Amino acid sequence: MTRDVAVVGFAQRQMKEFDGSPTCVELLVPIFQECYDQTGFTRHDIGFWCSGSSDYLAGRSFSFVSAVDAIGALPPVNESHVEMDAAWALYEAWLKIRTGEIDTAIVYGFGKASASTLRRTLALQLDPYTMTPLWPDTVSIAALQARLGLDAGLWDEKALAEVAQRSLSDAESNEHAVRRGGSSVEQLLDRALYADPLRKHDIAPVSDGAAAIVLAADDRARAASDRPAWITGIAHHIDPLHLGARDLTTSASARRSARAAGTTGVQVAELHAPFSHQELILRTALELGPDVVINPSGGALTSNPLFTAGLNRIGEAARRIWDGSADSALGHATSGPVLQQNLVCTMSSESNL
Amino acid sequence: MSKQPAAVVGIGQTHHRAKREDVSMAGLCREAIDRALVDADMTFDDIDAVVVGKAPDLFEGVMMPELFLAEAIGAVGKPLLRVHTAGSVGGSTAIVAASLVQSGVHKRVLSVAFEKQSESNAMWALSVPVPFIMPVHAGAGGYFAPHVRSYIRRSGAPSNIGAIVAAKDRQNALKNPYAHLKNPGTTVESVLASQMLWDPIRYDETCPSSDGACALVIADADTAASIDSPAWIHATAMRSEPTTASERDQVNPRAGRDAAAQLWKQAGITDPRREIDCAEIYVPFSWFEPMWLENLGFAEEGSGWRLSEAGVTALGGDLPVNMSGGVLSSNPIGASGMLRFAEAALQVRGRAGEHQVDGARRALGHAYGGGSQFFAMWVVGAEPPPG
Amino acid sequence: MSRTLSQPVTVAFDYTRSTGPVLGNFFSCLRDRVIVGGRTSSGAVLVPPLEYDPVTHQATTDFVPVGPGGVLTSWTWVPEPVLGQPFDRPFAWALVTFDGADAPMLLALDADYGSIRTGMRVSVRWADERTGAITDIACVEAEVEVREAPRPRSQSTPVTGIVTPVSLDYLYAASPEESAFFSALAQGRIIGQRCPVCHHVYVPPRGACPVDGVPTMDAVELAHTGTVTTFCIVNVPFLGQKIAPPYVAAYVLLDGADIAIQHLVQGIAADEVRMGMRVEAVWRPREEWGTTIENIAHFRPTGEPDADYETYRRHL
Repeated sequence: MTRDVAVVGFAQRQMKEFDGSPTCVELLVPIFQECYDQTGFTRHDIGFWCSGSSDYLAGRSFSFVSAVDAIGALPPVNESHVEMDAAWALYEAWLKIRTGEIDTAIVYGFGKASASTLRRTLALQLDPYTMTPLWPDTVSIAALQARLGLDAGLWDEKALAEVAQRSLSDAESNEHAVRRGGSSVEQLLDRALYADPLRKHDIAPVSDGAAAIVLAADDRARAASDRPAWITGIAHHIDPLHLGARDLTTSASARRSARAAGTTGVQVAELHAPFSHQELILRTALELGPDVVINPSGGALTSNPLFTAGLNRIGEAARRIWDGSADSALGHATSGPVLQQNLVCTMSSESNL
Repeated sequence: MSKQPAAVVGIGQTHHRAKREDVSMAGLCREAIDRALVDADMTFDDIDAVVVGKAPDLFEGVMMPELFLAEAIGAVGKPLLRVHTAGSVGGSTAIVAASLVQSGVHKRVLSVAFEKQSESNAMWALSVPVPFIMPVHAGAGGYFAPHVRSYIRRSGAPSNIGAIVAAKDRQNALKNPYAHLKNPGTTVESVLASQMLWDPIRYDETCPSSDGACALVIADADTAASIDSPAWIHATAMRSEPTTASERDQVNPRAGRDAAAQLWKQAGITDPRREIDCAEIYVPFSWFEPMWLENLGFAEEGSGWRLSEAGVTALGGDLPVNMSGGVLSSNPIGASGMLRFAEAALQVRGRAGEHQVDGARRALGHAYGGGSQFFAMWVVGAEPPPG
Repeated sequence: MSRTLSQPVTVAFDYTRSTGPVLGNFFSCLRDRVIVGGRTSSGAVLVPPLEYDPVTHQATTDFVPVGPGGVLTSWTWVPEPVLGQPFDRPFAWALVTFDGADAPMLLALDADYGSIRTGMRVSVRWADERTGAITDIACVEAEVEVREAPRPRSQSTPVTGIVTPVSLDYLYAASPEESAFFSALAQGRIIGQRCPVCHHVYVPPRGACPVDGVPTMDAVELAHTGTVTTFCIVNVPFLGQKIAPPYVAAYVLLDGADIAIQHLVQGIAADEVRMGMRVEAVWRPREEWGTTIENIAHFRPTGEPDADYETYRRHL
């Protein structure tokens, strides 16, 4: 017998440039308050806390340590941290609930990407011996991936522009988006190339932010939410980093995760695709049909706060369940260069039990 | 759902040294992983998921090194998690790996923790200047020394306790083929004669800076039942509290006390001093042995030093502590917590070699990090957990 | 005026990486102007070689010379290069599949933007000085001449390590609460703030009271005197250290505050500093003040009798 775990709370803050501290404590305090308001929990009801963040975004060691202050952590809390997008913190919390040790958890992520030149800092995610010494920027690496698909005829420029156009238009109704406002596919294609073949609107904006999700099991979830988003499947996998050791036009780890989580019946999918063409790769890898609504929030192309952007996708997908606009939704997170690591979380208005 | 039983079925570690210039980061991890897999009689194909632990990325200058390591550590096509909870991370990593099995999600999980400190300089990485404030405390030793002074004041401990612990741990390290420091001549007198670095902490009372890795294979009950002498996981606990808070007890932190209380309860232990056969405790500065003996409930507050002084914590004592030589003898920071957890498992498996405690059936593995604010611990036993 | 104070900070270190045998061989060959790939158990030649085989997980031992010519498999243009890249002017990145290899590797391409086509032939341009590192390949460029045959290995010592400088520039911002504290220091004042829940006075003020998780609020002007709760004497020099040892690093509980700050104690021999000693702030000359705690040069004894242990016992 297994426990059912649901997403019952979600709060987020995003901006182009946050002027506060790299620990983002100032953002987390009101975010946690929103989580309590949504669920009726207080911090003393929370059985486990888990966060995702990066020392290299903050520019210092142990950057996650101060974030604990935002919880109010005396008496001490049951707490953990992953150096990953907070979507993986959610995975760790989901595990803990499944063991029966705890019934509730708050997972949170934060990052101030604007504190350094992000596309340069991310060169430290590459092979430290044969790549980082050349400082390849992440935008360029994604552009190399985009061209591989263009040359192979897997997508064309118009398809990229359609992704951007839809994302920018959808973001108009998302108060948290840092970039919004669609025009037309033609107008987007008229814009100058930046990292050829990508235009600036094909590239996620550098974003700062923080977010938190509340998880609860069984009756605790039912008490906290009128319509909990029950997690029906969650899985994640990783591909090799070596750019020659995998087919960059597909995502084996995303496909494997989708199959493990089970995507049948999904009506809405929030995909963490920081580049237009990556949405196309993911739609194929996740085997999402044409009737699935993609990124109604506007997605990562309109706001991509690193280390929370994946968690945000799960939160945005859960909101579609809460508000009744979907019965089955999917949140996806990615990490590492060009979709190296992927997580898929499916949620439903109906519990498994 | 009740928690699924889990056990340690494979243990591996590197030969820890100041500089392992013969291996890359991947090579360092593989040295530990390959030993753990051989010990578990498994190959990478048997592994369902991988959990990596490491302290700050600034140590190696690689952002999330598990990404580039994924292939070398056999994680491709599998789930990979990367844990970072400061100095306690090695312990937290083992606990996350255990959760993967206890939750019923996976059957065989590989966890590996490492640090290749020789790629940079830990003192530098921990002391990157923050604008507007003044760096007065000078690294980890400078951070912890005032709290050691507070402990001495509060407990009235004689000033040679730190030296007694250091001499004991360094002598224990001589029995551990993997230990970094091997100084046969270390005695209480030689420790007391060593340079005072962060008064009241002397040079020989501090941990070294090491390159090293540790790996554990954690498996479900069916797998564990099929191998010789698994180390069953009886309890795990993690607790955190803020680095600084008004009236926060920095000598005997509440997070450590709370974690221990939950740990003993989960393990069905009412008197840890009698029921635990040996303990591997995270002691990077020798004075932390008596401090943690109190924090963990092995001794009344203010009296932990009496156990250290009386030889209770020596290898032949009533409650041996840090049989491996401890953090004081090997300190690859990211792996240090897992090495404590691994030593506890080695002891209850009866496989600790020359530093084996006779008849060890239940052992504690303990790690802490940050400013004594993050705690991770487990109890492992030779028998399956009751229930 | 901005809500917060900010200041640039550079995080820089020259990392010393030991390569292990596989990458060491790759770099040794580069130094000799030879590119080697590694053959995997499935027969594919990957460049750079994988350290461990993806299927057998054994260390790579089968090295195959490849290039120096090859085919452009993908490319992109970099209109705004970042610091440390192979060129400081616009250039291209390329995925290059070297002759003899089965998969591409990432290198810079030096070519006119308009001349670049997927599938074009390229060849390695070697760096003038080669040290046994990836930077021994300056870039690739359009292949113009008959390419040279790989040269035999030289007899020099194998590469076992590389040095990788990592330098990142950040703009560090203090929280609004900290900014108020640092701004007050610039006026010669020390301010704390009270937590609205537990009413304890925090100095510096906090974006979140670590006990209650809410921002500290009402400003409290603090005395410039206090009590040493505990301390250590730093005798050890370390990289990046700003203060010459030996010095006393102490926790000072300012009168009116509920948490100690860390600072230096001077004006007394280090071995005479005591727990409970009463001290006062010694400010630098006003013209040197900035928005920093360093406006206070150090604390020195006031000469008052030591504080009773009970008055600071709860702050240890």
